[in-house]
Amino acid sequence: MTAEELETIAQEEREACGRKKHHLHVCMAAGCLSSCSDRVKDALEAQVKAAGLEEHCQVKPVGCMGLCAAGPLVSVADQNVMYKEVTPDDAADIVGALKTQQPVQRLHCRMDVPFFARQKKIVLENCGVIDPERIEEYIAAGGYTALHQALTSMNTAEVIAEVSRSGLRGRGGAGYPTGLKWSMVAKAGGATKYVICNADEGDPGAFMDRSVLESDPHRVLEGMAIAAYAVGASRGYIYVRAEYPLAVKRLKIAIRQAEKQGLLGHNIFGTPLSFEIDIRLGAGAYVCGEETALIASIEGERGQPRPRPPFPAESGLWGAPTLINNVETFANIPPIIRQGGQWYAAIGTEKSKGTKTFALAGKVNNTGLIEVPMGITLREIIYDMGGGIPDGKKFKAVQTGGPSGGCIPEQFLDMPVDYDSLVKVGSIMGSGGMIIMDETSSMVDVARYFMEFCMTESCGKCVPCRVGTVQMHDLLTKIIDRKATVRDLALLEELCDMVRNTSLCGLGQNAPNAVLSTLRYFRNEYDELLVEDDAEPALADAGAKENAS
Amino acid sequence: MSAPTTVVSLKIDGKDVSGRADETILDVASENKIHIPTLCFLEGLSGWGACRLCLVEIKGSHKLLSACVTKVAEGMEVTTDSPRLLKYRRMVVQLLFAERNHVCSVCVSNGHCELQNLAQVLGITHIDIPYRYPTLPFDASHDLFRLDHNRCVLCTRCVRVCDEIEGAHTLDVMGRGIDCRVIIDLNEPWGSSQTCTTCGKCVRVCPTGALTRKGTGVAEMEKDDQFLPYLTRMRGSQS
Amino acid sequence: MSAQEPAAAVKKVRIATVWLDGCSGCHMSFLDMDQRLLELAPLIELVYSPLVDHKEFPPDVDVTLVEGSVSTDEDLRKIRMIRGRTKILVSLGDCAVTGNVPAMRNPFGAAATLDRAYNENAQLQKQTPTLHLPTLLERVRPVHEVVEVDVFVPGCPPPADAIFYVVGELLAGRTPDVGAVTRFGR
Repeated sequence: MTAEELETIAQEEREACGRKKHHLHVCMAAGCLSSCSDRVKDALEAQVKAAGLEEHCQVKPVGCMGLCAAGPLVSVADQNVMYKEVTPDDAADIVGALKTQQPVQRLHCRMDVPFFARQKKIVLENCGVIDPERIEEYIAAGGYTALHQALTSMNTAEVIAEVSRSGLRGRGGAGYPTGLKWSMVAKAGGATKYVICNADEGDPGAFMDRSVLESDPHRVLEGMAIAAYAVGASRGYIYVRAEYPLAVKRLKIAIRQAEKQGLLGHNIFGTPLSFEIDIRLGAGAYVCGEETALIASIEGERGQPRPRPPFPAESGLWGAPTLINNVETFANIPPIIRQGGQWYAAIGTEKSKGTKTFALAGKVNNTGLIEVPMGITLREIIYDMGGGIPDGKKFKAVQTGGPSGGCIPEQFLDMPVDYDSLVKVGSIMGSGGMIIMDETSSMVDVARYFMEFCMTESCGKCVPCRVGTVQMHDLLTKIIDRKATVRDLALLEELCDMVRNTSLCGLGQNAPNAVLSTLRYFRNEYDELLVEDDAEPALADAGAKENAS
Repeated sequence: MSAPTTVVSLKIDGKDVSGRADETILDVASENKIHIPTLCFLEGLSGWGACRLCLVEIKGSHKLLSACVTKVAEGMEVTTDSPRLLKYRRMVVQLLFAERNHVCSVCVSNGHCELQNLAQVLGITHIDIPYRYPTLPFDASHDLFRLDHNRCVLCTRCVRVCDEIEGAHTLDVMGRGIDCRVIIDLNEPWGSSQTCTTCGKCVRVCPTGALTRKGTGVAEMEKDDQFLPYLTRMRGSQS
Repeated sequence: MSAQEPAAAVKKVRIATVWLDGCSGCHMSFLDMDQRLLELAPLIELVYSPLVDHKEFPPDVDVTLVEGSVSTDEDLRKIRMIRGRTKILVSLGDCAVTGNVPAMRNPFGAAATLDRAYNENAQLQKQTPTLHLPTLLERVRPVHEVVEVDVFVPGCPPPADAIFYVVGELLAGRTPDVGAVTRFGR
């Protein structure tokens, strides 16, 4: 593959696309697919055929368009029209409307609303636009030019400098500066190094990485290849959870296509870089999203974390220096290389650059996937973009960061969303899950839900997490059952402090966050449930006793 | 000639000490007679860092690190016995006592159990954390050894010694979180294990009464003297 | 010395011992103080105990040593009453401190325990007795889970030396360092 060949593919693809007058895009990501968007696509194809429009109209499967709550989604790309909640029966009307240019009113989904208008798409720029199963479309959209640019006109130090300049921080949750991580791996000695993409997205209510993998898999491959060049790795792994079969399928297709085009494999773009990517499936353990547990799992060991240091950058997969980044982090790399770190750093806040994808879930009108610049306020996300709370209910809290995060109350709605502000109020950025709760939610219940999650997902290796989470869960249950006393609440707080400070990995260290943040902002809800005395009842045989006396 | 060793200087509890760069904080501490409590650690086995008893404070790091796996470094300032560390260690031991059914008074390891000793050394006179009282199985199918899950603290010394020293890897851990269990092979009765070499190393490294040698309990001291009438009767019938 | 004796007699520390769900081993260990009991005698007044003949638990006790776990509604009632009438409550021995042997039924529950004892393993007259007997709590609990406990003396039983030391320290108005003299088990 050369730059010219890449350009030829892009040219041909654009020409083929230009020959069609109409472009019907049908979302085929997991959300819409689960409401039968495949049948919608079949119906549209049949209608196009019936109308004799095959020559002029393309029906294309694309990835996630974001507004998952209103799926299946269909967009008429040439007319900038989107349809929501489309059924196969609507196909005839949609095809009919192509000529009139008058959108079908009952299906029309306005795109000038904040949900779409306020987004800034970098990671998701191709999502819902290209066919994720065709590399040609990714190339036509400018794909793999960043890889070419990095390989042929930048040295490794320049690539890392560009990433550092962008200010990109790890999108998996902890927010470690990506450029710094890359330079650590690049500096580490050893002939063999690895690049791993962490696609073990497991937070309840989070589906950002899944959408990217299902909608634009090549972007992740390209980001990984650039990283491999920068740090000196020749082998990569994508660790993706087996619960994402569609993502796995599309990744496999993408890897095969990229290999075929010489964009992965030996001497990419005729340079000395050789880079191969393999997929490893996670068997459903949340803790395997923790980098050392993930490495153990790839090695074929039990998915358990080990103490750090040494960090994977020094000693990771099979003892070799290893770069681990999250899906979204890698997805940010191609545009950063293409447009420069400076451009990226101009977006967002001082310490949190660029954009972040969020999965809106819970008690919010517009459930779905969004990408916004860092620094946007929670209020804008929830009320403007999310459309507020359904059924006229009152907002109570928003939970960010998954089970490791915390609940943020109303008083902080005008706070900017960035890594540091979220930590300040007792939560974390996490991977981008955002669960909105209304006045009907009991915060003690919410805390117990997340504690239950941590408890069942604890690997059981270290004592504080294995036993501490169970004890905290039992205490929360006792509180909810109105059997707990002030002493129990005090013990719960002591355990929170202990588990947070002594656990081996992030799972345990962050497990108390949900309790701590709800105690901080909603302590009255705990206090209201406490009782004076927690004596257990005697064995229920009062009847027998009465008979005896 | 072995590879050149780097010697580093550091402070442990205010005391100036030195050690090789490939040594752990625990190594250097014990060389200098500074006691750090441990449970999952056992000299001769790989570091595990799971019991969290050997956590120490390191100046400049906001995280507590386990002394058994953290290597020493030049200029490090280590604190091994702050009130906070003592509090956490006490809670770790309490969590272990509350996790399963540890009844010292009726345990075969009473008087020589590391968990029991830890409780005493750390000044634990009672358990403030609610006991969980799980119902756990017991494997006595092996001719020589017993595995009592009620007394297991999941330190995995047995798993590591079986894998790293004996090379059999008969033992491993199954399940997640609180449901973790030490298992034999693919969760089979010990007596029918094809891989166990009956070397007994697991029993010798177990810190509690979870793995024990048979024939040491009171009930096992029953003598069988019924062979005698049978023998004399049979001999009588021969003559 | 003789001039001070009457004053000392007035200040005798009022001590009680009680026996909840235990085997009386801790009381035996108490008696194992042997001649040292004579050293204690002038300093204390044993106001209630299975070892002496008092029917009512008096209202103003300085130190109560509690043997045994809280296993029945009767134990529960008793220990609450005692707590209200005692300045310093001491959990004496593993049953009081940890639940120990009585608590070994906890993984199975009270009903299953009764059934095993009075039906499954009974040779004659399979029936669960109810008359004049306290009702079992669903779970056996250590004393400190139901009332505040001031001093814990683990051990099964705690050695006589340990009991002597603890009582001595309490009489002297000091907090005993119990970990130095005894532990769980023996």
